[in-house]
Amino acid sequence: MIVAAAHELEGQRVCFVGVGLPNIAVNLAKRTVAPDMELVYEAGVFGARPARLPLSIGDPTIVTGATAVTSMFELFAFYLQGGLIDVGFLGAAQIDRFGNINTTVIGEYEHPTTRLPGSGGACEIAINAREVFVIMRQSARSFVERIDFRTSPGNLGGAENAGRIRREQGWLGNGPTVVVTDLGIWHFDETGEMRLDSLHPGATVEDVRETIGWTPRVSPDLETTPAPTDEELRLIRVELDPGGAYTR
Amino acid sequence: MRDAIAELVRDGDTVAIEGFTHLISFAAGHEIIRQRRRDLVLARLTPDVIYDQMIAAGVARKLVFSWMGNPGVGGLNAIRRVTEGPSPTLELEEYSHFGMVARYTAGAANLPFFPLRSYFETDMPTANPLIRPIESPYGDGVVYAVPPLKPDVTIVHAQRASAAGDTQVWGLLGCQKEAAFAAERVIVVVEEVVAEEVIRADPNRTIIPGLIVDAVVVEPWGAHPSYVQGAYDRDNRFYLDWDPISRSAEVTDAWLREWVHDLDGRAAYLEKLGAERVASLRPGSAPSGVVDYGAYG
Repeated sequence: MIVAAAHELEGQRVCFVGVGLPNIAVNLAKRTVAPDMELVYEAGVFGARPARLPLSIGDPTIVTGATAVTSMFELFAFYLQGGLIDVGFLGAAQIDRFGNINTTVIGEYEHPTTRLPGSGGACEIAINAREVFVIMRQSARSFVERIDFRTSPGNLGGAENAGRIRREQGWLGNGPTVVVTDLGIWHFDETGEMRLDSLHPGATVEDVRETIGWTPRVSPDLETTPAPTDEELRLIRVELDPGGAYTR
Repeated sequence: MRDAIAELVRDGDTVAIEGFTHLISFAAGHEIIRQRRRDLVLARLTPDVIYDQMIAAGVARKLVFSWMGNPGVGGLNAIRRVTEGPSPTLELEEYSHFGMVARYTAGAANLPFFPLRSYFETDMPTANPLIRPIESPYGDGVVYAVPPLKPDVTIVHAQRASAAGDTQVWGLLGCQKEAAFAAERVIVVVEEVVAEEVIRADPNRTIIPGLIVDAVVVEPWGAHPSYVQGAYDRDNRFYLDWDPISRSAEVTDAWLREWVHDLDGRAAYLEKLGAERVASLRPGSAPSGVVDYGAYG
């Protein structure tokens, strides 16, 4: 999943790195397919060169050797809302077929069964990054017909409507383009709905159907995701995450 | 610290202990717990473990925030206990990160609101009706407004300050400057107090002038288990350990007794933490280059 997500970042220039799994995927991409990519952290860092992969995205290693440390106001106002972010890379607790994301609550807002972290920067990243990548584990509880709370907008109710609303409201972003899960890689078709384009080695379409709350669209040209190389596994296990904090 | 909290933090106050992962004043949070403040409105972008501890200790009635969690570890369990289920007891008011930063900015700049291109087509304005759409007065569409946040007290930790409170920070800046200028009262907690000449030799690094500072508290290691760039690393082991501690109210209470109520301040906390743990958190060296401001006149 992490390697597949890193591959999707090939050729990208400026990436806003979310907390959790996005952090390891982006740092792997930086060491492999996207060495020139600028890493942007919401804590207020542009052009980070992390020497280690920390537990938290506000770690001192993102500061030492960075291009610029900014106030959070500058980061969100000038870099994100100013239109400099190519990819916003987010995690999610729930996602629907149009890539709308919930990271706020499971259940009713006033009386939740599970209180999740909330937006952080995700809401504005989803609106103002040119495109949005999502990485998350797939399950019937996370891939749902209807999310309990819309924290970060995706393709709303479909591409046509979402495109019109984005233009009218002046969003800089074009919405989600990639969702990488533990089973496969999804892109979005012309209607704005998620389509399974690649299965990871060992996963089956049946596995996918059992872990999703709607009838998924599957590409007629379904591919198999290339297996991680020895070097990619070494980078993850030895260099990036020796303690297994991200891969446990 | 005891005097600063006793004098400047009152029951019912809106208190912002800011610092994004970096420079979080755990020492001030613990002193507020020890002095048994009540009914506080706690504001902070990322409530973090310090607010989990403060809320577990019963100091707060409300939390104003944008992301609550223990990054890379999981949820804040004490806060979850009072915000989940049929009858939550802690009031929540939530924004996005940019919304919170914009709120402090409006508070600092004496503006009635701050406009942002955020929140479109989300449930956030429904969950928090203080997030409101407004028409641009120049006819180019709708943006969202957030109200100013003016804490009664903002508390920030910093590398150094002069005795007068001129405060210098390097590393992640978060929104401490905005939160301090927005506040009625400001407490600065520092690793060291330096001579005024040290501040004046590098004025670009000053984020808060003594003009708005009500108290300077010298509290080395006062940000542990968060970190101070160049002085000590984030103690990730503590953040991991907090998860099992905070899963039970009884174990959390026992921890608060042992590490907060039964200690009389940071020096005792550090001694209890142990020299070995402290030494393991010291980073190597990576000094900045020196710039020449020039001498004129």
